[in-house]
Amino acid sequence: MYQYDEFDHSLVAERTEQFRGQVARRLAGDLTEDEFKPLRLMNGLYLQLHAYMLRVAIPYGTFSSAQLRKLAHIANKYDRGYGHFTTRQNIQFNWPKLEDVPDMLAELAEVEMHAIQTSGNCIRNVTADQFAGVIADEVDDSRTWAEIVRQWSTLHPEFTYLPRKFKFAFSASEHDRAAVRFHDIGVIVKRNVEGELGFEIMVGGGLGRTPMMAKTLRRFLPERHLLSYIEAILRVYNLIGRRDNKYKARIKILVHELGIDELSGLVEAEWERIRDSDLKLPEEEIRRIRQHFAPPVYEVLEDDTPEFAAHRFENAAFNRWVGTNVVTHKQTGYAIATISLKPVGGVPGDVTAMEMEAIADLADSFSLGELRATHEQNLVLPHVRQVDLYALWSALEDMGFATPNAGLISDIIACPGMDYCALATARSIPVAQRISQRFADLDRQLDIGELKVKISGCINACGHHHVGHIGLLGVDRKGEEFYQITLGGSAAEDATVGTIIGPAIASEAVVDAFETLIDVYLSERNEGERFLDTYRRVGLAPFKETLYPGKFHVAA
Amino acid sequence: MSLLKFGKIIDDRWVHWPDDGPEPELGPVIVSLRRWRDDRDHLLERGCPLGIRLTVDQTPGEISDDLPFFEVVALDFPAFTDGRSYSNAKRLRERYAFKGEVRATGDVLRDQYLNMLRCGFDALEVKDGETEEGWLEAAQAISTPFQPGLDDAPTAMSLRQRRIAAG
Repeated sequence: MYQYDEFDHSLVAERTEQFRGQVARRLAGDLTEDEFKPLRLMNGLYLQLHAYMLRVAIPYGTFSSAQLRKLAHIANKYDRGYGHFTTRQNIQFNWPKLEDVPDMLAELAEVEMHAIQTSGNCIRNVTADQFAGVIADEVDDSRTWAEIVRQWSTLHPEFTYLPRKFKFAFSASEHDRAAVRFHDIGVIVKRNVEGELGFEIMVGGGLGRTPMMAKTLRRFLPERHLLSYIEAILRVYNLIGRRDNKYKARIKILVHELGIDELSGLVEAEWERIRDSDLKLPEEEIRRIRQHFAPPVYEVLEDDTPEFAAHRFENAAFNRWVGTNVVTHKQTGYAIATISLKPVGGVPGDVTAMEMEAIADLADSFSLGELRATHEQNLVLPHVRQVDLYALWSALEDMGFATPNAGLISDIIACPGMDYCALATARSIPVAQRISQRFADLDRQLDIGELKVKISGCINACGHHHVGHIGLLGVDRKGEEFYQITLGGSAAEDATVGTIIGPAIASEAVVDAFETLIDVYLSERNEGERFLDTYRRVGLAPFKETLYPGKFHVAA
Repeated sequence: MSLLKFGKIIDDRWVHWPDDGPEPELGPVIVSLRRWRDDRDHLLERGCPLGIRLTVDQTPGEISDDLPFFEVVALDFPAFTDGRSYSNAKRLRERYAFKGEVRATGDVLRDQYLNMLRCGFDALEVKDGETEEGWLEAAQAISTPFQPGLDDAPTAMSLRQRRIAAG
């Protein structure tokens, strides 16, 4: 894991004190709310429906048991005893008091955490594949590069007041677990034919009211040029990105309006002038950061020992959990275990302080003290000895965190919605809970197979509904909650923006409608097809005909 | 308006000549790009120090050939949340190697001061009655930056590399 040195410590401590001063000036009336708002936002502090909300960064999703214990402490001392893991590897506290926030940040700084740039029109928390460093299919540990970008972007003087927010995501694998194609800049670490390490740079992805997939700006950028190249992109965007309309201000609109070739010309021209500046990465610096992510010392173990096999054979529930929530580790004899934060009827991503402490203990006992937060709002123990999986599962089972649903229909992404959010037009959480209850039967979930359900409570799409295999968007119709359904989206390497199936459906009917869609899939599917595969083969028509019988003439 | 320069609040010897205003008395004057283009010969004939004022959508590239005529380039912040002038200041210094004064005008607040210094501004037009203390505190808020800037502060990366090189 990345460890702060004196420079990281001093930067985070100084930023905390700077913010303390800003809060004091606000409370004293020396700053107007208009002046204070951008300052608090760029330090993760929102004003929501009922209270302030503080969003804390978990850069590239990697954190420690000690950090999780501190988050539990923060939840208890300053909040209402729980936190909410988001879709961008952050955790949110929903009930802090403004005057407490500087102290919360000071406590977070003790464990090398902060809320810097978790909101505002600046470069946001840098995210990455939650399995970085432990998954066999990666060409490199993308966290090395995400950390280099995190440092460069932190309090960047030129890019603090961009036209709009700016999000980076990193992946180093053909399998995209970080939704890189739906970020302002998505970076895929790869090797060229000569075997040299570098990056494919994708730009202009995003969701919100205008969902767009990122386009490739550069097929291969040598590793030493990462910072100069992204600085060139950001400079061009800062200067010519639209500022006249906040809904047209993301870089995706610039890509759309200019075209990728013209943007590429501007970026390359800027880059030519700065590529050999101080931004060029020294090899020694790359090596230094890389050392922070060196694998832990693993024991020499074997895969699939008789003991592990026996547990799987004897305990069907354990076997099922291994099948859904455990992924093969790079290191023989180890496993990657996903802790589902989606128990039946639960609030996706919510964890109480007591549960955080228990999970931190499990990370210490079973995962060398390390955890990951995923963009799908789950947690991961990345270094579990395979022989320990049974003990881990038993402990999770006792806590109610062994739901074997990773990637299944009840592993739902949902934004906070109108239960918390000032922007929302409908609630998300209760719909997620009702779907999860309707499909509580585990055999049925397994039969349905991989299904990405994503729910947003407004058009800003924090719940990623555009890229759900099935997506739900909550809308307000004269004070009533309705839900618009999209089908066929994907945030993975086969990235697709989903298609709206028809008119929005009333809240009380939406779970039935959802079930109807599942029934259509089950009757249409071929052997081995996921929902998404069937949808892609048969198209919208059978789903639409069944969901809106007699209402549409659909060509055969 | 007062001028904050090198950390001190000083009297501004420069006068802005608004596009719709009468010509100021002889002395250092800052004019718009439009007046520079329309009245270039007259402005040069005055024989007084010249500065130019760019709006936020005018880029230093538009005056790059004329930069030797100017001692001051003023870049505007129509709102403190509009960050374009940071990039323009950086280009002025880095791409066009402008060595004169780069001053910030408009919605200039202490919370953005450090960013301005790091992007190449060396003078700020601030409200009358401002004291140096708050600005000084703002300038010192972050001691070691994480990316190269134009304020010559050594970056965390360079200090780390120096330490490695020293063994």
